[in-house]
Amino acid sequence: MYDFEYHKPKSLDDAAATLSQHEDFKLLAGGMSLLPALKLRLARYSGLVDLGALGQLRGIRREGDEIVIGAMTPHAEVADSAAVARAIPALAALAGGIGDPLVRNRGTLGGSIANADPAADYPAGVLGLGATVVTTRRTIAADKFFIGMFETVLEPREIITEVRFPIVEAAAYSKFRQPASRFALVGVFVARTRGGVRVAVTGAAPSVFRFKEAEEALTKQFDSTALDAITIAAAGLNSDIHASAEYRAHCVMVMTKRAVAKAANVPSPCNERGRVRQGATMSVNINTPSPGSSAGERGSTYR
Amino acid sequence: MPTVSMTVNGKRVSAEVEGRTLLVELLREHLGLTGTHVGCDTTQCGCCTVHLNGTGVKSCTVLAASCEGATITTIEGLATEGKLHPMQEAFREHHALQCGFCTPGMIMSAVDIVRRKGNDLDERTIREQLEGNICRCTGYHNIVIAIQSGAAAMKQSRPSGAPPG
Repeated sequence: MYDFEYHKPKSLDDAAATLSQHEDFKLLAGGMSLLPALKLRLARYSGLVDLGALGQLRGIRREGDEIVIGAMTPHAEVADSAAVARAIPALAALAGGIGDPLVRNRGTLGGSIANADPAADYPAGVLGLGATVVTTRRTIAADKFFIGMFETVLEPREIITEVRFPIVEAAAYSKFRQPASRFALVGVFVARTRGGVRVAVTGAAPSVFRFKEAEEALTKQFDSTALDAITIAAAGLNSDIHASAEYRAHCVMVMTKRAVAKAANVPSPCNERGRVRQGATMSVNINTPSPGSSAGERGSTYR
Repeated sequence: MPTVSMTVNGKRVSAEVEGRTLLVELLREHLGLTGTHVGCDTTQCGCCTVHLNGTGVKSCTVLAASCEGATITTIEGLATEGKLHPMQEAFREHHALQCGFCTPGMIMSAVDIVRRKGNDLDERTIREQLEGNICRCTGYHNIVIAIQSGAAAMKQSRPSGAPPG
């Protein structure tokens, strides 16, 4: 890791001022992605501005029909939060499936979505729930926030302060995780809202995206059979050593169906082991996972 | 170079570090606390696990400068008055190590599991919660047994169930 200047501002104003004085400074949240990138010299900054002293950016509260989570709140706090579990259990489960427990103790919501890793979990939750990202300058709808691989609309001196998640009728996150990295090979967040169904897909493409065809079908009929006639094109999806674009396209459908089944609290046509059993008789009760049934999938919940 | 001050295993320490100095480098190279190991150096193996303000973290991915004012517990700080911590004792009793390289991180992570999940742990919970720690001898079997036993022993030795650090 190349050396850098280290700053730990005591206030948001100080942090913003330090950033505005130095074009090449980067914000440090939990550091679970940034520090490894610096160590591998995949990134280099002349200074880091550590947000760790800004306690006001950490915390979870319910405000009316929203769960509001501070940008510096670690994943473990979201995963273990009774307020989140009551209001949006799918979000608590998503947070509880990120990385490993030691990473969840340190990594933060704000850091995750600012980094916008194409295989990260939180972007699917933020986009799937139609959350609002609040920054030092403005509020940004999730639909406008993620624009590409590791790319958001955040401006260089803009700092995320909190994310406001609307409480929806039902939601679930289904993730086929890459077992070594625990990132999503494909992860699908499904939310049934008063305005219709939202489906957000992470891990499959250069950026998290909404799966509009599935949304339309599920808005008409919130049942995984509504997806039987739908496929997603492999063109444009990620292809790498772990999975081809075709495999990911297949996984998107499987994970979407599983998420719908979980959100609707019915058995899935796609079993928990990763094989699709289209038209098959249900033989797996997803509410009583057997030991090891979570091997291919983390962060699931039932509602 | 910034100076950082923190409490490590109950002692106040100060050191001059670079911005890029990692917590594990501070512990091992500045303070001589070589019980905390560096395995993968990429946030995966958990050999470098320590407690930062009571919470388990991978010290290869924490900046030393970020720990200004913090309380750190390393494997050297678990034993009290010459007596092994119940989790250390359980690892000894159940021979929960082969080469021993991952052991400090396993024990620090195990104590963190008890903090988060309580003293009554089943095998599945332990295995899931141990995902951030890798034993390349693949000796998980006895590690899981030791953690189950150590967690229960921690309850007996500390009625509140509160782990140290």
